[in-house]
Amino acid sequence: MSLLNQTGSVIAMNVRSIPQRLWMSLATVGSIALVVAVLLGFLSLANGFNQTLKGSGAPDVAIALRDGSAAELNSVISREQIDLLAQGPGVRAGPDGRPLISAELVLIVDGIKKSTGTKANMPLRGIGPNGLLVRPQAKISQGRMFTPGSNEIVVGAGLLREFSGFELGKTLRFGAQTWKVVGVFEAPGTVFESELWADAPVIQSLFKRGSTFQTARVGLTSPAAMAGFVKYVKDEQRLQLKAQSEQTYFADQAERSGLLIKYFGWPLGIIMAIGALAGALNTMYASVSSRAAEIATLRVIGFSGFSAFVGTMVEALVLSALGALVGVTICALGFNGLSASTLGAGFTQVAFRLQIGPDIITQAVTLALIIGLIGGIFPGLRASRQRPLLALAS
Amino acid sequence: MSALIQLKNVKKTYKRGKESITIFDGLNLTIEQGDFVAIMGPSGSGKTTLLNLLGGTDRSDSGEINFDGERIDGYNEGQLAAWRARSVGFIFQFYNLMPVLNAAQNVELPLMLTKLPASKRRANVETALKIVGLWDRAKHKPKELSGGQQQRVAIARAIVSDPKFLLCDEPTGDLDRTTANDILGTLQQLNQELGKTIVMVTHDPEAARFAKRTLHLDKGVFAEVTA
Ligand SMILES: Nc1ncnc2c1ncn2[C@@H]1O[C@H](COP(=O)(O)OP(=O)(O)OP(=O)(O)O)[C@@H](O)[C@H]1O
Ligand SMILES: [Mg+2]
Repeated sequence: MSLLNQTGSVIAMNVRSIPQRLWMSLATVGSIALVVAVLLGFLSLANGFNQTLKGSGAPDVAIALRDGSAAELNSVISREQIDLLAQGPGVRAGPDGRPLISAELVLIVDGIKKSTGTKANMPLRGIGPNGLLVRPQAKISQGRMFTPGSNEIVVGAGLLREFSGFELGKTLRFGAQTWKVVGVFEAPGTVFESELWADAPVIQSLFKRGSTFQTARVGLTSPAAMAGFVKYVKDEQRLQLKAQSEQTYFADQAERSGLLIKYFGWPLGIIMAIGALAGALNTMYASVSSRAAEIATLRVIGFSGFSAFVGTMVEALVLSALGALVGVTICALGFNGLSASTLGAGFTQVAFRLQIGPDIITQAVTLALIIGLIGGIFPGLRASRQRPLLALAS
Repeated sequence: MSALIQLKNVKKTYKRGKESITIFDGLNLTIEQGDFVAIMGPSGSGKTTLLNLLGGTDRSDSGEINFDGERIDGYNEGQLAAWRARSVGFIFQFYNLMPVLNAAQNVELPLMLTKLPASKRRANVETALKIVGLWDRAKHKPKELSGGQQQRVAIARAIVSDPKFLLCDEPTGDLDRTTANDILGTLQQLNQELGKTIVMVTHDPEAARFAKRTLHLDKGVFAEVTA
């Protein structure tokens, strides 16, 4: 009761004395806010990127690549291999009654990034009529689908956001050929939104690919059929392919690329946190020494060293919580949902949105509170050791 | 009359690096209940050191310190703090008020160490501030008060939990003559009307005249000069 009372009064005095050290305290709040904002920036980048890659894969679609290829770009698959895949167990039939297999090929073409005005790579994917059927999230939102056999192209909505020159009706030049944009498709939260799609046979002939493809997406009857199909591909000696669920494929990609962002974000966040901690310690030591006479007086009156410790601790935590609040607010208002693009699999651009979520906010706020905790402990201990003397020795 | 405080053969040494300075070597002192003692002496003679020993804010190396029949030299830090809160009021040269608190809140501080409910605390604060004549300034912050008024608030803080014993270190050292006499008059009144036992360190012979007796401290030894 009296411990609560005395600690409460000391906390109130500490917090109310913050304006006496206004600029120092503001600098501390500001530096902690900066740490939180930077860390949240990176984490929301990684978060958004991860979500996009993870959202791209379906559990009941198998993706087959040449054995040893990690990404679509360096894989090759022949017509014969596609036919063998179609004979695998658990393959679903399409609306036409034939096995649902989308044989695809991916090329890299150039585009101009809106934000920087620089050239960047983007994937041009050749698909057949089954391309949309193995991607139920995708649908044409403007214009129409390309006509098979023509130089027509449809663009992903994410790509349209990030790159200029791909608007509906525009004529594009890739290599020696011109293409006409006839539609825009949406596939929310997937990497496909960052692609250009055209008819696979047209791309094969114009880019001299003969009859080869790079990947095959195979629709299965259910996610449970995946294991059996994967085993079939592995054991079939004539195939020399590797199959995995599309979900696993993208999760692996996400891990590799997402970690890069994350492992850049955390070290930077921590280095900045150390800087902010130095500032917080400085502010709190200044607070303790400016209140030395007050603390000594309270000790003389009978207040405990513990109350001096807690008062200092709470002051530091209040400053760091304010910093966290400012940092989170800046992020939430400033760049949550902002679209960005970065190198995804195979050096092509992936468009995604920065995504702040409760778990990454918790991580950033925790870092801020750790700064406050450490920034308060040592000055707090000094405060608690202040001797209760009538006059400090001169 | 009975002794409120009694020092027997008290030794006090400060260590500064390798050197040690002996301030008191076998000091004896008895202060009766209801006494008002002024302590004078040259700078460095040990006056503040003595107040710290009397008030339980510093420890002796050996000897006995008795207060109202209790031996306080054996107390640990926590016991000493509780004893100070209960039994001693402190008045400082520079008032030592908390700048963020108003007069009433400053006076209330010692009561935060008690189990009194808020309503009782408010009543006691009012009584203490009325005794020093500053109830009308209850809501003022220290920086809105004159030096003399701040010292009155400090006196109210020292008496609010009704301790028997008041310790003052140069309570008028920072005030002009008229204001100083006012403050000293208040202390005298607390001694005569409320029976507080007061020990006051001062450099000012006129201030010492308000006390019942004056002790002269020189190099750690007393010579009594009766007023
Ligand atoms: N904490 C300390 N550590 C070391 N020496 C100290 C300490 N406190 C006081 N002293 C020394 O003890 C001696 C007595 O000091 P004290 O403060 O009691 O003197 P004083 O009579 O109050 O002087 P003044 O009139 O200047 O206030 C001085 O020499 C002082 O330097
Ligand atoms: Mg002194």
